[in-house]
Amino acid sequence: MEKLKSLADLKRIREEAKVKLELRVKGDNPEGLVQVKVAMATCGIASGAKPIMDFFVEELDKRGIGAVVTQTGCMGYCYAEPTVEVQLPGQEPVVFGFVDRKKADEIIEKYIKTGELVEGIIPVNYEKID
Amino acid sequence: MHLLVCGGTGCRASESSLILESLKRELEEKGLGNEVQVIMTGCFGFCEKGPVVKVMPDNTFYVQVKPEDAAVIVAEHVIKGRPVQRLLYVDPKSKEHVPDSKHMGFYRKQIRIALRNCGFINPENIDEYIAREGYSALGKCISEFTAADVIDIIKKSGLRGRGGAGFPTGLKWEIASKNKADQKYVVCNADEGDPGAFMDRSVLEGDPHSILEAMAICGYAISASKGLIYIRAEYPLAIQRLKIAIAQAREYGLLGKNIFGSDFSFDIDLRYGAGAFVCGEETALIHSMEGMRGEPTNKPPFPAESGFLGKPSNVNNVETFASVPVIITKGWEWFSAIGTEKSKGTKVFALAGKINNVGLIEVPMGTTLREIIFEIGGGIKNGKKFKAVQTGGPSGGCLTEKHLDTPIDFDNLVAAGSMMGSGGMIVMDEDDCMVSIAKFFLEFTVEESCGKCAPCRIGNKRLHELLTSITKGNGTMADLDRLKNMSNVIKDTALCGLGQTSPNPVLSTLNNFMDEYVAHVTEKRCPAGSCRELMKYSIIVDKCVGCTACARGCPVNAISGERKGPHFIDQEKCIKCGACFEKCKFGAVLIN
Repeated sequence: MEKLKSLADLKRIREEAKVKLELRVKGDNPEGLVQVKVAMATCGIASGAKPIMDFFVEELDKRGIGAVVTQTGCMGYCYAEPTVEVQLPGQEPVVFGFVDRKKADEIIEKYIKTGELVEGIIPVNYEKID
Repeated sequence: MHLLVCGGTGCRASESSLILESLKRELEEKGLGNEVQVIMTGCFGFCEKGPVVKVMPDNTFYVQVKPEDAAVIVAEHVIKGRPVQRLLYVDPKSKEHVPDSKHMGFYRKQIRIALRNCGFINPENIDEYIAREGYSALGKCISEFTAADVIDIIKKSGLRGRGGAGFPTGLKWEIASKNKADQKYVVCNADEGDPGAFMDRSVLEGDPHSILEAMAICGYAISASKGLIYIRAEYPLAIQRLKIAIAQAREYGLLGKNIFGSDFSFDIDLRYGAGAFVCGEETALIHSMEGMRGEPTNKPPFPAESGFLGKPSNVNNVETFASVPVIITKGWEWFSAIGTEKSKGTKVFALAGKINNVGLIEVPMGTTLREIIFEIGGGIKNGKKFKAVQTGGPSGGCLTEKHLDTPIDFDNLVAAGSMMGSGGMIVMDEDDCMVSIAKFFLEFTVEESCGKCAPCRIGNKRLHELLTSITKGNGTMADLDRLKNMSNVIKDTALCGLGQTSPNPVLSTLNNFMDEYVAHVTEKRCPAGSCRELMKYSIIVDKCVGCTACARGCPVNAISGERKGPHFIDQEKCIKCGACFEKCKFGAVLIN
């Protein structure tokens, strides 16, 4: 390791190290970020939710969008798998059904980037208690 | 995905390092070694249910994980995305599985300042600490502030010493800075010795760099170039992590000569203690570091004037130091907005005893005992009734039901007859006898007394003898007066903090549970049913069928009687072991 001679050196190390810790920091403060939850119960996995989740993880990162992508259980819309719930900061979550790569791309480009709703929204049929 | 495995002492004792290896091996086998990181962190605080594995970013919180569970975590959670239900924490009230740490009552009321990085970063990796703004407080001090500025910030923040007495930290620094000398020392007191307390150990194990950074900041403020950490040899993991941290900081030039290219130089060494309780007292600590007997001396002179090797030294506790870097980066205004009027910030407590969530918590000053015990702590074990909580370890006192809604801070605890101490909290339920509790703590101080002054060496011994005789049923009412008088004399005349506070458990139990003392003395009865010598076993003649099970089970042949006839217990011979009570299938053995 080289010596840190100035504050600029410290800052550089910090920026480099921050990238490695990013996932944990985001997970700790999910409120301020786009949250994407991919339903990965048996029904979801059988319908191909895993590649969709990978797609979200990679593409959001590539396109420079700060987001937390997590897996979740069955949301109850098994007929429409893979289903993905997207929550923009400060907004109610929206669930999309029959998400394939093309739809996932559309969700990122339109809903996540601009807030414009896209086809395929599943009306919420229950309330969540927290 | 990151898998965080707890590497605190508690979880390591339950094989958490094997879990780490198993997880890594499973991931390698499934070809996920590069995608999923497995990291060993410091203590999560939830020691009751250790070993703990936390999955990020979803905050899934697995408890009581075994090495063989690694396979199912990888196969189910990592690959299929289904949390392993049976490893999730079960809420003791609703009996439901809690999906993630954000929904656990244990974490909801906590604010983590001193523990900010514990259970979050890998303590053996300086880069992870730097990524969390580490060492930027030191950088800020050196580049933007004068020494006087730094002291001013700490003074305004209202930070008070977390080691027990609650002395204002900024003032302590100011006194040390004003004493001129060619060499000054910054000393970190890591001699944590209260029974059941492990706050400092967890900070050192989980976030050692925060202490190094704070000591350097203190060095800058009081113009000292040497730091010493006095740590007990019983903390091998904390020592190991401190050594790693010091080596890494030196390599980066964050310790050593001309830090950040300035004129400021600072380096830190470790000094080991043999684990004597009295060495937590600062003058005794300094003598121990000098290689002399760990005995206190009269103050003044205070260490700030004449400390280590006769030079001005500033001694602070681990947790106090842990709060310093955040105060610098976030500002004193932020810190002083947390807590109560005279006690700012947060306090770490080690919850122990008859409580559901044994572990480490950090709450804002002013949180009530009720919130700590019943919300964060999850209530009393096995649905028993709350009786008292001992704060401040052997130097503190007990607080009872009437104190449950008192906001906890330094001054309120003293007003209630206890003290903050370093932050141990031992919870007691209805089965605990308060006379025995006082005796237990006295036993500790008698053993730990260094013997230098008579009030502590002889007085505490006498107190212990009186308590022992009361628990055996040999006490008199005059003994209770004697207890009280002698306690007050010891408090007034002992040389150091150890002796001055050692009678506190006696005085506070006398104050709050006089009826229990009286029952022991006049009725020869222990209301909690825990003093063995006061118990009396007898056989109810009408219920005894003469099966002889009790007589055969009695280890001292104290039970006699004909087969199919009633049996009797010879009270002279009985050793009160309770074997007959367990053996009897007819409920004929009565405990009084």
